[in-house]
Amino acid sequence: MQLEEARIVQHTEVQGGYRLLVMDAPGIAPQVKPGQFVHLKVPHLGEALLRRPFSIFKAGEGRLSILYKSIGQGTNTMKYLQPGESLDLIGPLGNGFPIPAEDTLPALVAGGYGMAALYLAARTAPVRGLAFFGGRKSDDILCVDEFEALGWEVRIATDDGTRGKKGLVTAVLDEWIGQKGPAVVPEFFACGPNPMLKAVADRAAAGGWKAWVSVDRNMCCGVGACLTCVQKIRTPDGGWTWHRVCREGPVFESREVVWDE
Amino acid sequence: MNNTMTNEIDLSVNIGGIRMKTPVMVASGTFGYGPEYADLIDFNQLGAIVVKGICLEGTKGNPTPRTVEVTSGLINAIGLQNPGVEGFVRNYMPFLRQFDVPVIVNIWGKTVEEYEEVAARFDQVEGVAGLEVNVSCPNIKEGRGLFGTNPDMFRRVLSAVRTRTRLTLIPKLAPDLSHIGSFAKAAEECGADALSLINSIPAMAIDVETRRPKLGNVTGGLSGPAIRPIAVKLVWEAAKAVKIPMIGIGGIMNANDALEFMIAGASAVAIGTANFTDPGTAMKVTAGIRSYMERHSLTHIKQVVGTVKT
Repeated sequence: MQLEEARIVQHTEVQGGYRLLVMDAPGIAPQVKPGQFVHLKVPHLGEALLRRPFSIFKAGEGRLSILYKSIGQGTNTMKYLQPGESLDLIGPLGNGFPIPAEDTLPALVAGGYGMAALYLAARTAPVRGLAFFGGRKSDDILCVDEFEALGWEVRIATDDGTRGKKGLVTAVLDEWIGQKGPAVVPEFFACGPNPMLKAVADRAAAGGWKAWVSVDRNMCCGVGACLTCVQKIRTPDGGWTWHRVCREGPVFESREVVWDE
Repeated sequence: MNNTMTNEIDLSVNIGGIRMKTPVMVASGTFGYGPEYADLIDFNQLGAIVVKGICLEGTKGNPTPRTVEVTSGLINAIGLQNPGVEGFVRNYMPFLRQFDVPVIVNIWGKTVEEYEEVAARFDQVEGVAGLEVNVSCPNIKEGRGLFGTNPDMFRRVLSAVRTRTRLTLIPKLAPDLSHIGSFAKAAEECGADALSLINSIPAMAIDVETRRPKLGNVTGGLSGPAIRPIAVKLVWEAAKAVKIPMIGIGGIMNANDALEFMIAGASAVAIGTANFTDPGTAMKVTAGIRSYMERHSLTHIKQVVGTVKT
């Protein structure tokens, strides 16, 4: 973890309001593990004080990229950032995804830009498996060709049916689980809205498989000091304790997570 | 040449017996217990570290959401989640003792007896320089309601804590007092060595679409630049009532903000919410105070404190 002034080298719209921001960050980039994030101080944000956390989409050769959609005050301001501007980053933060276990078939499950948190896991996994992408409409299905280029089979669902199957990503996942045969032991790696993560956790629990979920929570400090982004995690005695999504997370084994919020 | 100039400037302060290299500290609740920021800044450049509030047995704190960003500020309702005295001493004191920086522990309790017990325990802990007595947290019902805003209980809890510790005692005052001067005076009479002010201001935010409060605890405490002018005024008022030094807290983002507090009468300042924006704020504030003093040909920080021309 370190503070770094990163210089923007590219800032382009990918599709449907999703933007790719590429930065020179020679300090942070070499340290990045799949599933980690950076805490970004958005310039020109005026009276909004806090940094914004973003999953690291890609990291390599001294560069970092994030993929975001303008949905709030921070991301609406970010869309005006220009190449050459500097951004104040803290990173890399969080624990990240583990390497898939031997003898399992990794299955990625992403809701919308949740795929950004999974790309590095897809690139470093020793075995290529399947990637399930869901979103509201075709614009929310991102970078399919990049995952395919890495050797992943991508299956898609959209709420309105404009790309892939009509319905939830979990329906496509269920279809695959029903067909895959007992010899295939999946291990899930998921990032997306909480209801999607819980649905993946339910499938994993039913099949006796592991699922790693990257939990999204509002954050404040990003380094574990303020105790804003806490998540209930089960303890061996049958109780629960708070874990900090920014420190002990954002990735948790789904059986540890208490899904009551 | 510049170095010679710089060396002549003395930023050191003595806050109720605690010697600090710089008057710029980090405020309780915004700096965890230390290790969280260890990779990012040099602790030896801080005036002091005030760790997050500790009670006797620890507590899980409030439900989520626990913070919400608002215009020029932040409302928090963490609920003083902490590992308790033993957990803190075991897990964090060995780490904190490595640095050449005073450690001040923020303490709280649900009864006078619990405050006393916590104070007595810390009195025996090596490496603790002082106790900041939290009688003003807006997020637990016993905090400001019972102890912080009731003059009799305020005196009772501070007198009780005083009998149980030789450590520097620093009550942290609530901002919503009708007469901050009388509370400051009462604290001084009860044996306080210094004062911290202010704590966050009771506040609330509502999501108009769902009509629900934005915090799990419904209400919280507002901090950040939004509260700074209120805090400066309260420091100025309290300064007229007491002789003990004061630590000014409330939305300090830069050196000018800190100087405002010091000119109003604070001998030191603590950086709170700004740590979340920029963990290096305290060092930048120290550097900024130094260059202000150079610009005004001042050699000791005492020449700044309480010099407001009214």
